Amino acid sequence: MKNTVKVHSFHGGIHPPENKKQSTGAPIAIAPLPSRVILPLQQHIGLPAEPVVSVGDRVLKGQLVAEAVGRISANIHASISGTVVAIEPHPVPHMSGMEAGCLIIESDGRDEWIEHQGLEDYTQLPKQELIEYIRRAGVAGMGGAGFPTDVKLHLGDDHIVNTLIINAAECEPYITADDMLMRERADEVLGGIEIIAHLLKPLHIMVGIEDNKPQAIRALHAALDNSPLNLDIVITPTKYPSGGEKQLIKLLTGIEVPSGRIPADVGIVCQNIGTTTAIYRAVIHGEPLISRIVTVTGQAAGHKQNYEVRIGTRFADLLDHSEVRREQMHRLIVGGPMMGITVINEQIPVIKTTNCLIAGTIGEMPPQPPAQACIRCGMCEQVCPAELLPQQLHWFAKGKEFEKARHHNLFDCIECGACSYVCPSNIPLVQYYRFAKAEIRKEDEEQRKADHARIRFEARLERLEREKIEKEERRKQRAIEAAAAQAAKKDAALNITSSSADNRPAAASAPDLKQLKSNAAIARTKLRKAEKALTNAQEKGLDGIETLQATLQQLQVKSEQAEKAYADAQSAPALQQAPSAPVTDIKQLKSHAAIARTKLKKAEKQLAAAQETGDADIDALKAQVAELQAKSIAAEKAYSEAENGNSPATTPGIDTTELEADIAALQSKVDKAESAWKTAAESGSPAADKMAAGVEKLKDKLKALQDELATIRASASPAPATAVDSTALEADIAAMQAKVDKAENAWKAAVESGSPAADKMAAGVEKLKDKLKALQDELAQIKAGSTAKATSDSGTAASVSIKELKQQVSIMRTKLKKAEKQQAELAEGEKDPALEAEIAELRARHDAAQALFDAAEAEKAAAAAQQGIDLKQLKIDAAMARAAVTKAERALSKAEHDLKQTLEEELLAARAKAEKLNSTLERFSE
Amino acid sequence: MSAVLIAVLVLLGLGLVFGILLGYSSIRFKVEGNPLVDQVDSLLPQTQCGQCGHPGCRPYAEAIVNNDEAINKCPPGGQGTIEALADLLDVEAIPLDAEHGEEQIKKVAYIREDECIGCTKCIQACPVDAILGAAKQMHTVIVSECTGCDLCVEPCPVDCIDMLPIETTLNSWQWPVPKSGVELIATDRHPGIALEADA
Ligand code: SF4
Ligand code: SF4
Ligand code: SF4
Ligand code: SF4
Repeated sequence: MKNTVKVHSFHGGIHPPENKKQSTGAPIAIAPLPSRVILPLQQHIGLPAEPVVSVGDRVLKGQLVAEAVGRISANIHASISGTVVAIEPHPVPHMSGMEAGCLIIESDGRDEWIEHQGLEDYTQLPKQELIEYIRRAGVAGMGGAGFPTDVKLHLGDDHIVNTLIINAAECEPYITADDMLMRERADEVLGGIEIIAHLLKPLHIMVGIEDNKPQAIRALHAALDNSPLNLDIVITPTKYPSGGEKQLIKLLTGIEVPSGRIPADVGIVCQNIGTTTAIYRAVIHGEPLISRIVTVTGQAAGHKQNYEVRIGTRFADLLDHSEVRREQMHRLIVGGPMMGITVINEQIPVIKTTNCLIAGTIGEMPPQPPAQACIRCGMCEQVCPAELLPQQLHWFAKGKEFEKARHHNLFDCIECGACSYVCPSNIPLVQYYRFAKAEIRKEDEEQRKADHARIRFEARLERLEREKIEKEERRKQRAIEAAAAQAAKKDAALNITSSSADNRPAAASAPDLKQLKSNAAIARTKLRKAEKALTNAQEKGLDGIETLQATLQQLQVKSEQAEKAYADAQSAPALQQAPSAPVTDIKQLKSHAAIARTKLKKAEKQLAAAQETGDADIDALKAQVAELQAKSIAAEKAYSEAENGNSPATTPGIDTTELEADIAALQSKVDKAESAWKTAAESGSPAADKMAAGVEKLKDKLKALQDELATIRASASPAPATAVDSTALEADIAAMQAKVDKAENAWKAAVESGSPAADKMAAGVEKLKDKLKALQDELAQIKAGSTAKATSDSGTAASVSIKELKQQVSIMRTKLKKAEKQQAELAEGEKDPALEAEIAELRARHDAAQALFDAAEAEKAAAAAQQGIDLKQLKIDAAMARAAVTKAERALSKAEHDLKQTLEEELLAARAKAEKLNSTLERFSE
Repeated sequence: MSAVLIAVLVLLGLGLVFGILLGYSSIRFKVEGNPLVDQVDSLLPQTQCGQCGHPGCRPYAEAIVNNDEAINKCPPGGQGTIEALADLLDVEAIPLDAEHGEEQIKKVAYIREDECIGCTKCIQACPVDAILGAAKQMHTVIVSECTGCDLCVEPCPVDCIDMLPIETTLNSWQWPVPKSGVELIATDRHPGIALEADA
């Protein structure tokens, strides 16, 4: 048999003993049906497939059980019929010896095919669909990395494929799977090549085969006679590693694939001979890839031959079948002796790329003698098929000079092992390259990650900066808007007075009214002027503020009197009046109320500022605020009264909205006062207490207003009252809660900064909470009266507060733990009494919180007993208690002796609590 | 005499011309910032953890370049970073300064989500915005963005953040450093031990 094409040669290469004859004596046998198969979800580089069946499902042979994810990934099919018994980690054939996700199928012994059918005439199908058809069959490279075949078939899309090379070299010792396949199934091989050729349309097809397979060559030639294919069977001299992709290309075409490129870049596509039959079966018979030919050989094997094995068969089954003498077997190798891997676990399954199992005896596979120093003999360099400098690479890898190794084309190394094979010093050269490659890949990955992190970090900094600027701008904007609004309001007030004054002559019937009104207007203007003077004086800190204030008060009284007179006069003849009159009046009153509010706000702000700076005249200011408040309320009351009295027809709806607005305003005031108080408390200002009192006062007022609102509503429209009222109340509750939260935060901050005001604040928080509770009760009562929904509502309310309590408890616990940790760190040397005291305090507080929480929970449990709705909550609580136990245990194990006692007690308590909770839980979940 | 004068003048002229040229190019091709700091910064792992005693990776890089700070203070980077830095700065690679912590296996943060109270403290602490959440909502870590810097653990008031080691998968597994005398695959290189005999 002569070659029709010139055979080139590649650099280096070795001639290890072939050891192939042992396993070519017998024809391919069908391995017995395994009782269970283990299908790894990842049998190649790329992503693992995603299971599409679940445990317990019955599957048929050839059924899709796991679907490819992404481009480099392959479908997996059941190789036997039976039941999926598990999807779990299981040892897989991998260098790491690690476990990976596998799908395990227990056979039903029937070996029942799923319905399948080949394509009648694949040439009629569009190429894309044909490739997709092959992809669905899960065909992957059957030698080497198990690269999904369809990826290579797509290469025709963006590359010009001149040459198709079918790799039948099978250069590694021992392996004869391809050899036997060609001998016995040459038709299928050629059929598969036809399909690939149809897809890629190459100009030239070559089958590269080593000259140690004469029978296979003959079989191919015989089959070629009945085939329309025009291909060259190229016989190459036997040399390891002629089956390497780049080496075979060099042999057959003389072309060298440049470093870092793929063969398709030079117009060549390679396919493994085993893959061709898989494609053939998939396309012509519609059979997915569920079996392959595996050589079982080695001196310990009884029958050295090739088997057609179902994918997923355990090595143990296969070894048993070929009667391997286990006592003689020293090593079990998957793949060839040069590039394969040693496995220890026989439960590992055959996968799509498993071509050979070698059960080697100790004489056959002797242990490696220890490595010696490199003697710079240069033999490794002579045999390297990639024309590298193995010796140099070894130095770099050993010295961790990975950058240099990279520059010496480390990544061109195909890990063929030829250099290790010839090295007289037994240096594990390939292992060093693998290690170096992995390290370089890791470093690259880390660099990528670091760059990514830097980008994100910088983006974050930018964002923070931007947010700060935006906030500042918004603040400025708001200030400007507020000023504008104020000015507008003043203008409007003036306009109204003047315009109503102008319009009034038409009404004519009440001249004294007009008079009164202008009086009031004058009084107001004077008042305003005085106020301005006062603020001016205050801002500049001038003398005589007291007198100014006195005048202001007088003026205010006067103004009020005037307005009242006016209002009285107006309300008396209201019936005869033009309808516009009361409206105007109300408007005025309203604006008056608004002005009063604004004043109050200003004063409050001043007060806050003064308190922060610690001014002396805080008391005076406070008095002023109180006065203003009273006035504001009076104004508002007058307004609401006027509204009520004047226009009962205009519905209580408006009235309540107005009141509600007032309440909202007051609330914001309360909030402001609180925040002022918080800052004061944080800075440890002595004014904090007074402020707290002020806050309380404000809150009382708020409450009064709210009550008022409630009564007004109740009296005005009893029919819809309950509904409206409850919503209002709910809003109140929400506001209250917000307040409670705020207060708590403030308190927390105070505690953290160790401010002495913390305790008082805690008391304040408690008070607030009580109030909240009262409000909630009220709501519940109202609801209970009106609807049946009440119980569930109060339930949620209670759960909210319990949640808060729980958070408090856990926060406390963490704080306690942190302090203790600090203590433990100190413990070795000296003891810090202050810290101890702190811990004690914290613990006390924690206990208190816990007790509170417990109480709340007990209440909860009672509620649950009645309603049986809060099981979930209970469960979570139980889990938390358990967590507390573990935490305490952990702390205990860490703690020093002296701390042990107390911690043990705590642990006991926690345990008791956990038990209690658990038992409650059990009781309820029954 | 005139020859000497000419020589002096020529040299003077040359000096002037090159001086102008150099002056111009130093303005025209001015390099923004300190490129060395950038290079050092790019070698640091960017966890921003502050274990080196500086408020972040860049400040440490600046300290290394400007203040001769030691290059062995970055535990997350470990020996690899030290070697890269030594390479760049052409100094001796020294072992990691244990005072700043030890090199540890890579970890990522996980939030025990049913315990999270949604306080957003961890979000504020995370330098790479790897935590997702909103006030009073459960929070979670975007694992692929987390650098494992540890900074979110301390601020959490209920201690529900764990630092868990990253699991090795088949894809992330690495070949270890080879040991001498390990069992190699390329073993049947001692021909003649009854190999072809039983064929
Ligand atoms: S293992 Fe790498 S370096 Fe050694 S001979 Fe093969 S290709 Fe060359
Ligand atoms: S074959 Fe071994 S001893 Fe010889 S040069 Fe290569 S590494 Fe060194
Ligand atoms: S999530 Fe935590 S550990 Fe991860 S990067 Fe953010 S702060 Fe660091
Ligand atoms: S710090 Fe802790 S409790 Fe707060 S949001 Fe983050 S994980 Fe949740």
